[in-house]
This record gives sequence, structure tokens and C-alpha cells, in this order.
Amino acid sequence: MQPASQAVVEAKKLGLTFHTGDGPVQALSDVDLTINKGEFVSFIGPSGCGKTTFLRVIADLEKPTSGSILINGMSAEQARQARAYGYVFQAAALYPWRTIEANVALPLEIMGIAREEQKARIKRTLDLVNLSGFEKKYPWQLSGGMQQRASIARALAFDADLLLMDEPFGALDEIVRDHLNEQLLELWKQTNKTICFVTHSIPEAVYLSTRIVVMSPRPGRVTDVIESTLPRDRPLDIRETPEFLAIAARVRDGLRAGHSYED
Amino acid sequence: MSRFGISWQAGLALVLCAMAAVALPLAADAAFSAGTTVLIFALIVLCALASMTVASTAFAAAILFVGAHGAAWLLVSGIAGHEGSARASFFLLVAAAWLLAWRCVTELVTIRPKNRTADTMLRLIVPTIFGVWLLLLWEALVRGFGIPFVLLPPPSTIAVRIANSLPVLAADVNQTIFKAVLVGYVLGCGTGFAAAIAADRFIFLRRGLLPVGNMAAALPIIGVAPIMVMWFGFDWQSKAAVVVIMTFFPMLVNTVVGLTASGHMERDLMRTYASGYWQTLFKLRLPAAMPFIFNALKINSTLALIGAIVAEFFGTPVVGMGFRISTEVGRMNIDMVWAEIAVAAVAGSVFYGAVALVERAVTFWHPSIRGG
Amino acid sequence: MDRLRDKIIPVTTLLALLVVAWYAFAVVLNGPFQRDLDRRAGETPSYTEFLVKTWSQPKPTLPAPHQVAQNFFKTTFQVKPWSARSLVYHSWVTLSATMVGFLFGTVLGIVIAVGIVHFVALDRSLMPWIITSQTIPILALAPMVIVVFAAIGITGLFPKALISTYLSFFPVAVGMVKGLRSPEVMHLDLMHTYNASAAQTFWKLRVPASIPYLFASMKVAVAASLVGAIVAELPTGAIAGIGAKLLSGSYYSQTIEIWAALVAGSLVAVLLVALVGVAGRITERAMGGREA
Repeated sequence: MQPASQAVVEAKKLGLTFHTGDGPVQALSDVDLTINKGEFVSFIGPSGCGKTTFLRVIADLEKPTSGSILINGMSAEQARQARAYGYVFQAAALYPWRTIEANVALPLEIMGIAREEQKARIKRTLDLVNLSGFEKKYPWQLSGGMQQRASIARALAFDADLLLMDEPFGALDEIVRDHLNEQLLELWKQTNKTICFVTHSIPEAVYLSTRIVVMSPRPGRVTDVIESTLPRDRPLDIRETPEFLAIAARVRDGLRAGHSYED
Repeated sequence: MSRFGISWQAGLALVLCAMAAVALPLAADAAFSAGTTVLIFALIVLCALASMTVASTAFAAAILFVGAHGAAWLLVSGIAGHEGSARASFFLLVAAAWLLAWRCVTELVTIRPKNRTADTMLRLIVPTIFGVWLLLLWEALVRGFGIPFVLLPPPSTIAVRIANSLPVLAADVNQTIFKAVLVGYVLGCGTGFAAAIAADRFIFLRRGLLPVGNMAAALPIIGVAPIMVMWFGFDWQSKAAVVVIMTFFPMLVNTVVGLTASGHMERDLMRTYASGYWQTLFKLRLPAAMPFIFNALKINSTLALIGAIVAEFFGTPVVGMGFRISTEVGRMNIDMVWAEIAVAAVAGSVFYGAVALVERAVTFWHPSIRGG
Repeated sequence: MDRLRDKIIPVTTLLALLVVAWYAFAVVLNGPFQRDLDRRAGETPSYTEFLVKTWSQPKPTLPAPHQVAQNFFKTTFQVKPWSARSLVYHSWVTLSATMVGFLFGTVLGIVIAVGIVHFVALDRSLMPWIITSQTIPILALAPMVIVVFAAIGITGLFPKALISTYLSFFPVAVGMVKGLRSPEVMHLDLMHTYNASAAQTFWKLRVPASIPYLFASMKVAVAASLVGAIVAELPTGAIAGIGAKLLSGSYYSQTIEIWAALVAGSLVAVLLVALVGVAGRITERAMGGREA
């Protein structure tokens, strides 16, 4: 266990209520969670459990209505202004009028980084996601998996220590997804970043994470937090080991205990 | 956000008031009594100050609303009958009142009402204030600067003219809208629709018609008006013919495109039912095409009006909106022209609104209507 | 090859059919008057002679295509382009007013759209009126604007361009508001996570995203602009321009001239729309747009 000073995300009694046409909806209620440096934390749960909302609160895309959240000891807004994290969306969200390298350059331009430095970083991050040689291509000339890798490169380009990923591989087929999962673990090992990862898939969550946060809806809340006992080095076939299956079973039990699929 | 802040609009309004006070009197002659003048200053200054100190946004907006419009009303009604006598002070006060109205709108748009009716009301009030101010500024500038009414009549004169010429306006509307526009619109949209169905059945026809139809949208079709007048005579039939030609192509193109709007999966489903061409058309493709067809109907409602009015510039019997506009322009009765334009604007909006209402009823399922 | 089969052959076939129908209609429409003439002259022409005569009247109800083509050719290529009889001259008069009006209208439309997207008060006050004004026949204002300006001594290009400006401004404003608001929520959120300023979001996201909308609305605007210029030429007593040509043709029943003027107007329209289209395609290609 790392010491408490290493906390990257600290949520205390966090709550968020949306006001919709059909009355208030409690997207998050009483969420207490601390994420430490270098962790890979997955959030899993059925639709409406607030896992994406929690990620958006960390990113200052939503404002909590109660409780508090600190990122690197700062408020979410300060953390955003300090460019403390990279965000990867469900879709690649690349700009169709920019080439891959220009897309990766976008945050660097906005943050006012010098041209030479931009070039170096683009090269490094595209190498990291194995997209060297595609710099001059436009997003729509690439496959879905490559697009998502480009969007990860874009999130890595400005060297934030925290990576927030909202079902980044949800729209891809299973073969591509396996491949990207492997690459993501490799990347995490190389860079030692803290990663928050939202997913629907139990195997994906177990395979990637050091910790799995199980959530359930109405109101959105954390029902279980499972520490992974798997080693940091994880070949794909670790998924057939009894240890892996045992963790997966615990996650499944946690989801069931949250009555998540009954209504 | 602190409510006790200085708003730049109200602040500037106060500065303008001070300048106006230095530049008194308001008009070169006795247009404003001392009492009225004091009242105008008091309204603007008090409301500007009050708006910066009261706690609730809605209350501040209400104060500003009263102040701005009260002052504007006094200014505009005071200058009536004393055209051209206004001095700098008058215009400074008009500007100050306008700034208060601006502030009022800025306050209003920050209100986020919880219930639906209040929200709708708010969405109507804001543009209404804008429209009213357009008219107020028009009135104030024309009367204040003494612009000859022959060139630009103030809105009040136009309103009086409308009220006094109702029978003439009604006859013109009857001739232009109820005869030329409606007949032409129904025939043009109808034939356009029929041609689209034919084009849909025969792919060769579709490939030929679609580029032609698309190009026709850019052509100044209105130019056929003199030819139609020669063929069909001076009465409404020639105008209806222009309207038919103008509305035909938008309907054709939109319907053809709309008929391809249904998804592959839905069409494959119809195929698995072994449904025939007409069954697929009526049960799937036409309903799916409805948003496109209504788009054409809405575009055409405006085009039809333009076609009929402009065609009347080329010759009519002595009645009709286009006829009235061109002859009254010739006689320099500009207020009557504005009256006719106002009626045309209302007619256009009503026509468009009616089509839009039918659209809501027919394509209630479409995301743009559901508000998705 | 596909283009030939899918587009060129059907379109040419259809146009050829139209020409045939046109000749047939010319016979039907010009026939009664021709028969009348022949009867008075005591002639009994053969069927072919009768056909040829209906296609060569000096002031026919419907001139035959070759008559229009001849007149168009003569007034375009065989007279000096600056003479009042030249269609090139009249087209130029209309075109210049259209272009000036269109450019001002486009700039104005973009400026207003930027304002509407950035200021809520402007959006709520102005947008409903802009949408409403698309439903009303603004063109009816044209004669009055021209005459009022003439009364204070301003004639020529300016008042016509003003009407063109007015007509082209609305589609551009509406299209640009749509375009500047077209970025997806995800793209906007992305800019938010970078803590981008409003100016950065505007230049790096909203502007590029709005370009296709801009050119689509500019095509509509340039066509509206031309119609505005033509109608604006009607009330000035038919001095110069395509509209004036139409009006004088209708005064003197010179149908062939009217048709030739219509052809000229259509060519100008096609030219303008094609120019905007090409400009749009070049811009989009420079931005890496997909081949349509």
C-alpha cells in the first residue's frame, strides 16, 4: 500500500443529482473513494450506475451537488486548469479535418507548447501507441481500433499523470479489444500513470485493473471494491487461470448483490 | 454571482442621463413639459439604480422593463407632432432607455424557470422586447430627426394606415393569397409529389430529373412571370402558374430524397414480408419521407408568396398585393406600401405556421419534433 | 463510365425530350395565330410549311428553342459587350450588384452568427426574428427600397446590392449558427478538459466544423442574391440589367428577348453557384475533407 500522500483522486461523500423533466435523478450518492498514484482502477456496473458520471466529475465536466473531490490535492476545476489529466471518450472524437499528427498536436497547441517540442512529443506518443507511419493520414482513413489508439495518444501527449478512460474500447470488436487491452497494460507499465477506466466488461476490468470498483444504480453508488491479486505482468492467457476466474466471480457476485439487473 | 454589482448597461445609462441633463432641453420647441422631462429622467435614473441593488433577478428585470418602456413611451409620444425638433438630449435619453431594455433582456435570459409555461413565456417575451424596441427606435429616430414620412413613415403611421385601409387590404389578400398562392401551391406541390413518385418508380427518370431539379433550385425562376402573364392573362391564373413552377422543383427533389430516407434494415424487413412496391411505399417509405416532404412544403409556402407578389409587378387587374405595392410606390404612398408589406409578413408567417402545425401532428415521432 | 450511365445519359435524354416537347408546344401555342394569319393572306400552306412558320414568328407566344438560341447568340457574341443591346452588358450589371450584395450579406451573416453563438441575450432576442423573416416575402420590399433611394438621389448599384445583401444575409446567418453549433458534445468536452479558452475553442473547433455549413448556405444565398438583384431592377423603369430586360420584353411582347434574358439569368445563376461550389470544394480539400 502506498502512503496517503500519494492519493491522486480523493472523493468524500460525493453526491450528484440531475434535475430532469421527470424529476430529480440521483446519479451519484455518498461515494467515498481514494485512488493512489500508479493504480489502474476500473469502474464497472450496469447503465445508469454513475460510473461515467464519476469520471466526468473528476474531469470537471460535471459539478457535484454534495460532498467533495480532490485531484492531486486540488479542486477538480484547478486540476483541469493545471491540465492534470488526459481524457479518452467512448468514441475516438478525432477532428475529421485534422491529420492524426495534427489531432495529437491539438492539446499541445492549446497549451502553447513550442513547435519543436510538439514534434518530439507527437513522435514519442505515436510510437507508444504503435501508430508511427500514420502521421499524415486522416482519421477516417484508419480503422476503429487505430482511431481509438490515436485518441489515446492525444490524451498522453501532454504528459498528464492521470488518464481517465470512459469505455474507450466499448465500440470495438472483441479481437481488436484484446489487442488494445494488452497494449494498454504495456503502456501503463512503461509510463507508470494512474488510470481510471470505465467498462461494461467483467473480463476487461479484471484483466486490466489493480482495483475494481463495482457500482450499482438508483441511486448511483459504490457497492464493492475488489483488490486484484494478479501480478503486474499479465499475458493474455492469464485469463484462463483459476486466480483470474476467482476475481471475475467476485465481481459478478458484487454486481448481483447490487440488484443491478433485476429491474 | 453577486447581485449587488454594477452592470455596465445601467451605468452607461446613468452617464447618458447626466449628459442629457447638461444638453437640456429635449426639443427645440415645447414638445416636452417640465413635468414630463423630470418624469423621464426620474424613471431612467431610479430604475437604473434600483436594478443594481435589488436582490432578485426577476424583480430587477421587472423594474428595468417598466423603466425602459415607460421612458421610451413618454419620449416617443412626446415627440409626436413635433417632428424634427428633437435635440441631442432626446437621443441620449432614447439610448439610455434602450440600454435599460438591453440590461432587462440580459437579466431575463439568466432566469431558468422550473416549469414549462414560464419557460415558454420567457422565450416569447425576450424576442418581443427586441421587436418592440426595433419599432420604438424606428419611431423615435424618424420623428426625432424629422425624416419625411414620404421616405420612411414611422410605425404608428403605418398602423393607422392599416386600420384605415382594411377593405382594400382584405381585397388584395383575397386576390393574391386565396386565389393565386393557394391554387398555385396546391397544384405545384401536388404535381411535384406525383413527379417524385414517378421518378421513384423509374430509376432512369430519377437519374435524369434529380440533377435538373437540383439545378432549378438555383435558377431565377421568378423570371418566367412575364411569360406566364402573356399566356394566362392578367388575372390570378397567371400568378398561380408562376407559383406552380416555383414550388414544383423543391417538392420534387425533397420527396425523391425523402423516399430514400428509410433504413436498409426496415426495407429488408418489408422484403421478408414479400410486400409489394405500393405497400412498402405507403407503410414505410412515405412515412419515413414525411420530414422531407414537410421541409419542401415549408420552403414552398414562402416561395409561393414571393412568386405571386413579384408576378403581379408584371401586370394585374387593379387588385392584389404586388399590384398595390408597385402602384403605391409609384405614387409615393410609402405608408400604404409598408402596410401591405406588414400584411404580407403576417400572411407568410401564418401560412408557414399552419404548415408547421400540420407537420408536428404528422411527424410527431421524428426526433426533431420530440425534442430529442 | 458509371457517371456516364448514372448521370449524363439520363440527363441528356430528359433534356432532349424537353426540347422536343418545347417544339411541340410551340406548334400548339403559336398555331392559332399562324392559321389566322394564313387565312387572312389567303394561303393554304402544306403541313411542313405550317410547322416551320409556327417556329419562326417574330413575336411568338412560345418561341422555338432555335429562335431563343439565335437571339441569345446574336446579343451575346455579335454586338459590342458594352452596348445596351448586349446581353453581356445586362448580365454584367446584374452580376455586379449580385456579387457586391452577396459579399456584404455573407460577411454580415457570419458576424451576426458569431454574435448569436456567443451571447445568450442576442440569441434569444434575434434568432426568433431571423427565423421568422425566412417565412415572409422580404422580396416585396425591393421596389420600395429602390424608389425611396431614388427619391433621395441614390440610384444604380448600391440600392440593388442592398437588397441582395438583405436576401443573402438570412441563409448565411442561419447556416452559420447551425455550423458553429455543430460540434458534438464530446468534442466540446474535450476542449473543456484541455482548459481551452473560448477563443481557442472557436478557432480550433467551431470554425472548422462550420465550414461545410457555410458553403451550403452560401449556395442558397448567392441564388437568393441574384433573384434580389433581378427583382430590384424591375421598378426603376427598365434601364439596365436582366430584370430590366425582362420588363421591357414584357412591355413590347418581345417574347424571344424575354427567353434569351431568362437563359442569360440562368447561366449567371449556374456560374455563381458553381463558383461557390468550387470554392467550397477547394477549402474542404485543403482541410482534408473526404471526397464526396
